[in-house]
Amino acid sequence: MQDLKKNSPFGIYLEHCRKGELAYQVCADDGKPVFFPRVVAPGSGSPNLEWRVSQGLGTVHATTVVHYRNEPPLNVALIDLDEGFRMMSRVEDIDPMQVKIGMRVRVRMHPGDEKQPPYPVFVPAEGAR
Amino acid sequence: MSGLRRGSVAVVGVAESDLGQVAPETTPTDLMAQATHRALADCGLRLSDIDAVLCAHTQSRMSALQLCEYLRIKPKYFDSTQIGGSSFMSHLAHAHAAIEHGLCEAALIAYGSTQRSVSRAAASPREFNPYESPYRPMLPASAYALAASRHMHQYGTTREQLAEVAVAARQWALMNPVAWEKEPLTMEGVLNARMVSYPFTVRDCCLVTDGGGAMIVTSAARAKTLKKKPAYVLGIGEAIGHATISNMPDLTATVAAESGPKAFRMAGLKPSDMDTVSLYDAFTITPILFLEDLGFCPKGEGGRFVSNGAIAPGGKLAVNTSGGGLSYCHPGMYGLLVMIEAVRQVRGECGARQVKDCDVALAHGNGGVLSSQCTVIFGGPSTVQG
Repeated sequence: MQDLKKNSPFGIYLEHCRKGELAYQVCADDGKPVFFPRVVAPGSGSPNLEWRVSQGLGTVHATTVVHYRNEPPLNVALIDLDEGFRMMSRVEDIDPMQVKIGMRVRVRMHPGDEKQPPYPVFVPAEGAR
Repeated sequence: MSGLRRGSVAVVGVAESDLGQVAPETTPTDLMAQATHRALADCGLRLSDIDAVLCAHTQSRMSALQLCEYLRIKPKYFDSTQIGGSSFMSHLAHAHAAIEHGLCEAALIAYGSTQRSVSRAAASPREFNPYESPYRPMLPASAYALAASRHMHQYGTTREQLAEVAVAARQWALMNPVAWEKEPLTMEGVLNARMVSYPFTVRDCCLVTDGGGAMIVTSAARAKTLKKKPAYVLGIGEAIGHATISNMPDLTATVAAESGPKAFRMAGLKPSDMDTVSLYDAFTITPILFLEDLGFCPKGEGGRFVSNGAIAPGGKLAVNTSGGGLSYCHPGMYGLLVMIEAVRQVRGECGARQVKDCDVALAHGNGGVLSSQCTVIFGGPSTVQG
């Protein structure tokens, strides 16, 4: 069981982001991937959650293009990682309208800025299976 | 599943507050109180008859305290369940249970919002989520847009089919004197409007208005002694799923597939028995999803179901006769107004938009980002014995 007086699930996730890693958890009791990170596994109720680092390859599950006033269109997508968990992110290096469901993508750590800590985004992974 | 008894309680009074845009400095509680006064007048009960208060809004964490202070009610039973726009269907279910068990006799359900006046950002501040907020989804629109993208991908649903929902809502709204929108809307008008979160233009999204409502619920026995034709609660079902769109297991299937069957089972009715349905239309995709999940058409067929004016006036199913959240009124959490229209249809009070011989009406609420789903089936006196 994680000691919440020492660190939080998001804190550990963020430490991985700072190292350029996309972290997730696996429930040691039922073997299922868990995301977002927690102190207790959903469903099983187990406190035995092991941290893993994703290979960073995934598939676009759903996609939208957000139009904020006076800003370029912005992609927001749900990505299914090959390890079996889903997360919100965006696909960069491509016209947001060309982000398609089923497209293979690879993680890239966005450096963030003074207000926003590093966070994972994705880019098209041509040829990745 | 439901231990509630079919037809044991009835809605006896309903009212909207002033809708649209209210005067500066009006509070949500002002709107709730105004609607309460009108709902009491609607049924002939007095404020002193109210012994239960159920309410929620987005502009205060403790809405029941505020409403009870404002009206000086000392309720025997109270509930501020807050699960988004379907909260009020949950309030009705909880009032139903409380009345059946003798915890109270006459329950008030109320809502109010000044989100148009104070801005949506001020009325419903977004909670920070470290796994979503960095990507800046325009919530809630982008969450529903993600669900729509899946529905289009899996089932071939088109932007034109989504637009049909908005066009039908506008046609109904033009028959509702208190609807916000007063001008006709074409499919081109929906498709060519300002893009918000693809595939949604601003016309695929619900209105941002002020407004509120109130509903009075009591036992079936007492309901028969009051002014108006009772709208009996024949069936009711509640279900919650995820909180965030990233955690919705299947973006094309909501837990309306749980709440609906609960309500139908309790009522002993099926979708084809419904004379009209009010389906929370936060975005054009939502009535499509709920028509599927509630069993009006097979999964994936919702887009085709709504095509060719099928849910517009004169179509095969009268959906959202008020004009809905898309064209009538959407004050942040719209579920109470969804139920009020269904009650009025059962009473036969809807004027030009009245569905002929309407004995049974379904009201379906949605909350969060397709998160909470609650279904209510109302019936007129012919649907209950005695």
